[in-house]
Amino acid sequence: MATTKLGFVVTRPGYKSENPKLALTHAIASQSVEIYLKDGDIVTADIAFVGDGVLNCLKDQKAVENYDLNSTESHIKMSLLLDLNVLVCREDLDRFGLSEKDIVIDAPEFGAEVEVKVVPYSEISQMMEEMNHLLFF
Amino acid sequence: MGKLTIGCFASLVGSTNLDFAVKLSAAAMEKGHKVDLWVSGNGTMISIKDQRAFKDYSSLEKPLKELMAKGLNVTACEACAESRGYHADHTLEGVKRFSMDWYLGSAFDADRLLHIGGE
Repeated sequence: MATTKLGFVVTRPGYKSENPKLALTHAIASQSVEIYLKDGDIVTADIAFVGDGVLNCLKDQKAVENYDLNSTESHIKMSLLLDLNVLVCREDLDRFGLSEKDIVIDAPEFGAEVEVKVVPYSEISQMMEEMNHLLFF
Repeated sequence: MGKLTIGCFASLVGSTNLDFAVKLSAAAMEKGHKVDLWVSGNGTMISIKDQRAFKDYSSLEKPLKELMAKGLNVTACEACAESRGYHADHTLEGVKRFSMDWYLGSAFDADRLLHIGGE
């Protein structure tokens, strides 16, 4: 039995490019990776939003209304439903004049039991040090 | 010898990131390492066969075929490819198409993972 920890670090804002959404969809794919692994082996995915990437976490996104696309917000909520560890950098939120009330924190309508964690960058840095591999989006 | 997993999300035309990924794959294989190359997002453009080679645009079909013949494992994100109209019947022979979990599965036992994001 072995575990490989992957850290998905999102640094770019949403919708301008495909990157943030691909970060989330690839992280979510950690839930079905077992078909490629031996019994007992797992891949975990932690997600961190830093820099301009914190803008992906704004709530009440209108992607369906404006683009007929699933919103990045809905992908974050799906990540919470799957119990992924989702971190948002507090200092970068501050830089944009944002706080926890401006971003998606939970997803009760999805049945999610875990919440987004707004943390100082030092905690994100610590998470990254614990990962086997980092993927920057 | 080790295993290198490369994920490249950048377009074939419009960037040279895929050129770099293929050259790095060749260098690693030359040293005896195993290489998995995952392409997702715009990177799936590399999976289309019969692309015409111009000197002003990247063209990697020839080196990719040569490397796959030597054991390079290339897989494209199926959803990313389909969303762009890159269908299975127009995929370069030897390139596999799977869902995103394939990339994570490859990363599981990789000694190094090099992720090259998209534009």
